[in-house]
Amino acid sequence: MRLEIVPRGERSRLWAYGSPILAIALTLLTTLMIFAVLGKDPLESLRVMWIDPLTARRGISELFVKGAPIIMIAVGLSLGFRANVWNIGAEGQYVMGAIFATGVALYFYDVETFPVWVLMIPAGILGGMVWGAIPAFLKTQFNASEILTSLMLTYVANLALLYLVVGPWKDPEGYGFPQTRLLTAAASSPHLIPGTRIHLGVVAAVIIVILGWFLLSKSLLGFKLKVAGQAPRAAAYAGFSTKSLTWLSLLVGGGLSGLAGMFEVAGPIGQLTPALPTGYGFTAIIVAFLGRLHPVGVFFGGLVLALSYLGGEKAQIALGLPAAVTKINQGILLFYLLGCDLLIRYRLRVVPSKRRAA
Amino acid sequence: MALTGQREAGRMPGGQPLVRSPLLILSGIVKQFPGCLANDHVDLAIMPGEIHALLGENGAGKSTLVKIIYGVQQPDAGEIVWQGTSTVIGSPSMARNLGIGMVFQHFSLFEALTVAENIALGINDKKLRKDLTARIVEVSGAYGLPLDPHRAVHDLSVGERQRIEIVRCLLQKPKLLIMDEPTSVLTPQEVEKLFATLRRLAAEGCAILYISHKLDEIRALCEKATIMRLGRVVAECDPRQESAKRLAEMMIGTSLKAPVHGRQADEGAATRLSVRNLNIKSDQQFGTDLKGISFEVKAGEILGIGGIAGNGQNELMAALSGETLAEEPGTISLDGVAVGKLGPDGRRASGGCFVPEERNGHGAVRDMTLAENALLSGYRRRGLVQIGVIDDSRTTTFAGEVIRGFDVRTTGPKAEARSLSGGNLQKFIVGREILQKPALLVVAQPTWGVDAGAASAIHQALLDLAAQGAAIVIISQDLDEIMSIADRIAVIAGGRLSPAMPVASATVEEIGRLMGGIPITAGAEASDAA
Repeated sequence: MRLEIVPRGERSRLWAYGSPILAIALTLLTTLMIFAVLGKDPLESLRVMWIDPLTARRGISELFVKGAPIIMIAVGLSLGFRANVWNIGAEGQYVMGAIFATGVALYFYDVETFPVWVLMIPAGILGGMVWGAIPAFLKTQFNASEILTSLMLTYVANLALLYLVVGPWKDPEGYGFPQTRLLTAAASSPHLIPGTRIHLGVVAAVIIVILGWFLLSKSLLGFKLKVAGQAPRAAAYAGFSTKSLTWLSLLVGGGLSGLAGMFEVAGPIGQLTPALPTGYGFTAIIVAFLGRLHPVGVFFGGLVLALSYLGGEKAQIALGLPAAVTKINQGILLFYLLGCDLLIRYRLRVVPSKRRAA
Repeated sequence: MALTGQREAGRMPGGQPLVRSPLLILSGIVKQFPGCLANDHVDLAIMPGEIHALLGENGAGKSTLVKIIYGVQQPDAGEIVWQGTSTVIGSPSMARNLGIGMVFQHFSLFEALTVAENIALGINDKKLRKDLTARIVEVSGAYGLPLDPHRAVHDLSVGERQRIEIVRCLLQKPKLLIMDEPTSVLTPQEVEKLFATLRRLAAEGCAILYISHKLDEIRALCEKATIMRLGRVVAECDPRQESAKRLAEMMIGTSLKAPVHGRQADEGAATRLSVRNLNIKSDQQFGTDLKGISFEVKAGEILGIGGIAGNGQNELMAALSGETLAEEPGTISLDGVAVGKLGPDGRRASGGCFVPEERNGHGAVRDMTLAENALLSGYRRRGLVQIGVIDDSRTTTFAGEVIRGFDVRTTGPKAEARSLSGGNLQKFIVGREILQKPALLVVAQPTWGVDAGAASAIHQALLDLAAQGAAIVIISQDLDEIMSIADRIAVIAGGRLSPAMPVASATVEEIGRLMGGIPITAGAEASDAA
């Protein structure tokens, strides 16, 4: 007896949506086994990681606060991924957005009456776009792979961040810690629900999901992105310019990543610190695929991954597991997801040992 | 006729006695693909030294059957008897060891390597690789297939490339040689040479399984024909005894409907498309540069552009559709408007519609619905997009119009393009362009891989469009197609276009000369430049 992979005639709609669910189930099963091997009570660990964060006080609101930047970035990435523009450097664009936004906040540090955060929004978007424009220029002008250039620019952005917080922007009253001043109230993203950390960025993420859905499903631009990704020659035939779609993908992806960075410094973090890059830009890649490159799917995928961040923190505190547990979880999830996606185009068939009855 | 007066080469393969028992018997071969029964209990017997035609429309199951014989695919049921022994042919190398050789329609050659290197790559047996160059010269000389083993493949014509594939098979002394649509890429003169070679091989005892849908060739070459339709064997006959019409009827099951071609060329009609001295350097490494192409097409006229594949047809199509831009705006003008520097969208706005040669991934997106595929090229001329937003209902309506108007067999506008058969998808694409009421329609290979019924529907639609005053350019390798529906014909060879002549006064010999007339393909010049 053996398993055979047989191509299906058509894409299976069932598995297009079933695959992420199966992948999540398999991830849970695998983490169970890892916990068991580590000598933890598997079911207890699972509860700590995946249930406790939700039942805790303010659990749900924290989930949305964590999920907002991831969702924002992932919506932008999925638009580009649809067009085969592989922007892997959202993390750097996120950092750049945070830097630009902080620059505005620090420049207007003494302003108390005017809502500085209003100016920080375009600054954050611009920062991300600038960082996305570099790979776009290199791709369209020299055909340099955006996978490499955008990824490498992430490290440049991180170094720029480090330079600023230990150098020119260091908090003069910060006892030498590498961080900027705390942003003023005028430069903070407004809190919306008292008693929670829900801020404007969460609402922005939801609006972006809706706009992303509209762009992808209803607009000619979304159609162009899809055609460019699925059949580049058909895109040329239809008259859709690959160059402008590459620019657009990287500018939108960069802009949304920058916006996410702006809302992180203006929201939960409140200042620029070297701890700002926590891998949201990379997690968003997983979210984009988990959400089937569809903004609505991305929304739910973003919440799942946000939960993995919260659960990872709980696991460190309650179970004494290393911080790497979050990254391991995410890695396992992406691994299974890519594997399960095989089922969309292929089905498994059990073949008895005897090949053919004569 | 080709053998008369020629001396027998006297090379009996392996000195085998000429017993008249079948070389190969297939019985009850069944092959099921998802959604399609490609072979339905097929029986076939091939005698040694026989030239046996396998005849059928595209999609009749010929290719699947020969892939089973050559070990590329395994049958779901049925038996293969080779030289009296029941055999499982597990792979192409097993087939080659048994003595089965195959020349595919699409060659698998490395363009940058020489003839000898290419042949060496296809030979597993180390012993055979010794003295290869000398043996290539010997075999190719003996069978009238002149080849210089040291030339690079990209310098060779398509006919010469096919010779490499044949010589590669002959070096292994096959008992059965399978030829898949071998003449689709050859000039008439090259076809004659190929037939002489095949007849000589057969006379020496090598059986040939000849796959084609070209009836005249089969009647000239083959002594036995097995006719397939929809996966089944529907008839066996001696093609020399049957008329081409009778063979075609057996193949398609109905009587052929000749296209109506009762139009008179209108000398006073206005010129709609004018191309003046079009020069384009191909961006493909082994592509063909276009050199000084000029022609005009009047309203209501159909111009056929014939030629052998790879002589600049793809480049010309891209230049006309705007996927490649001309150097000057005035090089191409459409209804008097200079469109040379406009991309596809701008040319559609000016009245152009286009059907590219490749359906999958060029003319249509496989994984998208028919409605989305209707949007692909129709958004401009049919107003399917308003301020950047797709009008779903108009798009679906348009797709529905195409489906109804062109008898596309499908479940509706929501069906994915990949679920359609090749012929149905082609009808959809042609219909999509025609329903945009173009002033100019450029069609490449309108009926490639399309069954006879769909082909005649497409031809009729093109004739109707011309009757309404559109200018039509058909780029086709199928001369019969051009002869039957075009008003004038021009031939493209080596990236140059011959002057157009009226179809009525063109002869096959003249066209054949034009097709092969320019001595080398542009590949040679491309390599000089590299």
